[in-house]
Amino acid sequence: MSIIKTEQLTYIYGENTPFRKVAVDNVSIDIERGEAVGIIGHTGSGKSTLIQHFNGLLKPSAGRVLIDGEDINADKKKLRQARFKIGLVFQYPEYQLFEETVYKDIAYGPKNMGLSDEQTDMRVREAAELVGLDDKLLDRSPFELSGGQKRRAAIAGVIAMQPQALILDEPASGLDPQGRERIFDIIKRYREEKNSAVIVVSHSMEDIAGFADRILVMDKGSVFCFDTPPRVFSRAQQLEQIGLSVPQVTKIFMKLRKMGFDLPDDVYTVKYAERILKERLGGQEKV
Amino acid sequence: MDNFIQAKDLKFSFTDNYSEKPVKNEVLKNISLNIERGSFVALLGHNGSGKSTLAKCFNAIYLPEGGKVYVNGMDTAEEKNLMDIRRSAGMVFQDPDNQIVATIVEEDVAFALENLGVEPAEIRRRVDDSLKTVGMYEYRMHAPHRLSGGQKQRVAIAGILAMQPECILLDEPTAMLDPQGRREVMETIKKLNRENGVTIVLITHYMDEAAQADRVVVIDDGEIILDSAPKQVFSQVQTMKNLGLDVPQATELAYRLSKAGYDMPADILYEDECVQAIARLLKG
Repeated sequence: MSIIKTEQLTYIYGENTPFRKVAVDNVSIDIERGEAVGIIGHTGSGKSTLIQHFNGLLKPSAGRVLIDGEDINADKKKLRQARFKIGLVFQYPEYQLFEETVYKDIAYGPKNMGLSDEQTDMRVREAAELVGLDDKLLDRSPFELSGGQKRRAAIAGVIAMQPQALILDEPASGLDPQGRERIFDIIKRYREEKNSAVIVVSHSMEDIAGFADRILVMDKGSVFCFDTPPRVFSRAQQLEQIGLSVPQVTKIFMKLRKMGFDLPDDVYTVKYAERILKERLGGQEKV
Repeated sequence: MDNFIQAKDLKFSFTDNYSEKPVKNEVLKNISLNIERGSFVALLGHNGSGKSTLAKCFNAIYLPEGGKVYVNGMDTAEEKNLMDIRRSAGMVFQDPDNQIVATIVEEDVAFALENLGVEPAEIRRRVDDSLKTVGMYEYRMHAPHRLSGGQKQRVAIAGILAMQPECILLDEPTAMLDPQGRREVMETIKKLNRENGVTIVLITHYMDEAAQADRVVVIDDGEIILDSAPKQVFSQVQTMKNLGLDVPQATELAYRLSKAGYDMPADILYEDECVQAIARLLKG
């Protein structure tokens, strides 16, 4: 069964004003339990607006959002439940740290869910461990942490609620390659341990390609495609036309195909490219 | 050789006042580096490697604890040089929203000039020129908050440009931008370097951006580890990975094939080179 489902979801900013803009246009998608989904799109393509519907921060102008099969905008109780089932980590979440200590900041969500102090404590320690924050840091002020640690503390605050779908908007932006990898490891681990769906919004095709089971490509508020990475990247040329940058290896293979070489059109990681080329070159004499 | 920036045995440290006992944290250890006038240098290093601190030493936001930094021949440690140093080496930061102060684009670009007491007619001319250079002239009467990230960052660059600096230091100017914004900013930086002869020091985490520089300096733990042309630096795939950095995918693919024994050049950096080399292999 799907954890998140939208039915003809439409969202319009500034209805009845001269600035009226259809940000999400008739989107019907399904995200399965435990699935890893990447959402990609040009700035203004509607991806952030879309995810804000998943936990009821925005109400659809038309259509429905079903979480766990239930229409979250049907009544207030459903909406509150949806907020705990779907965890949303915004871009630059470290700007939202506000408590006196890292511990209290991570505990904020579980406490609001009505968990006991004991349960909250367990959740906090488990989440801190998962994001790789040392116990010693929990008593510190969040403002004493390094940039990367702050980011992980903020993610821990959402993870501590143990949502059934964890959604992160550009979780790796501004980080160095090692920091990026670390964040994606955390997301993958959360998925494995909780069998939770994880959804990452990103501009970086490289980051998304290595992680997602399926990629949702948004363009001008609509679904451009929602498919497995190989099938999405086989449309590399169209992706470039809608303003997305495809991985460099994908472009290299596109050019080789144009030169007449018979190569697959769905290459999107270096490892895959290496394997394909080795297969083709296998019989040749090596230097 | 004409050096615009010279660092000699530069040392710098922060003191961590939050710990029980103040801990001195050496950020830059004996850095000696010259940046030639008119060159385009990329600084790479993982978070906390010291690269931003180094850039801040280049326009006297930080002063050396040991050693010397000269900007256009001026010692950054001497207070009387401060204004001239800041004017000749301008800095652009990561977040465009933190750098824009006015409510109209052209007023923002004029901000520094007004503070410097430049003649109104001269301000007009320089603001127009700067906005044209970064391709934002048509937006001169717009409100900055309605611009895209890439546009805002170009306005921030125009504000620096209006001071007619010889050098611009950019600290991850594209980190918060989408691919379109990144392209716009990179094109602007390259144009300033090639057409206007502005010396560029670019800090970035994007390896494809560093690959566009004349020279790449890699910093780790406060020391210079590699300093060479992009091709030489990125061909050291293993060293880069050990430093927590990355290489362009074209380089990595070539490296892996060459390691597997195929006849691939070790210093491939650009897409087209990689395409040619693979085509040669496939033809046999």
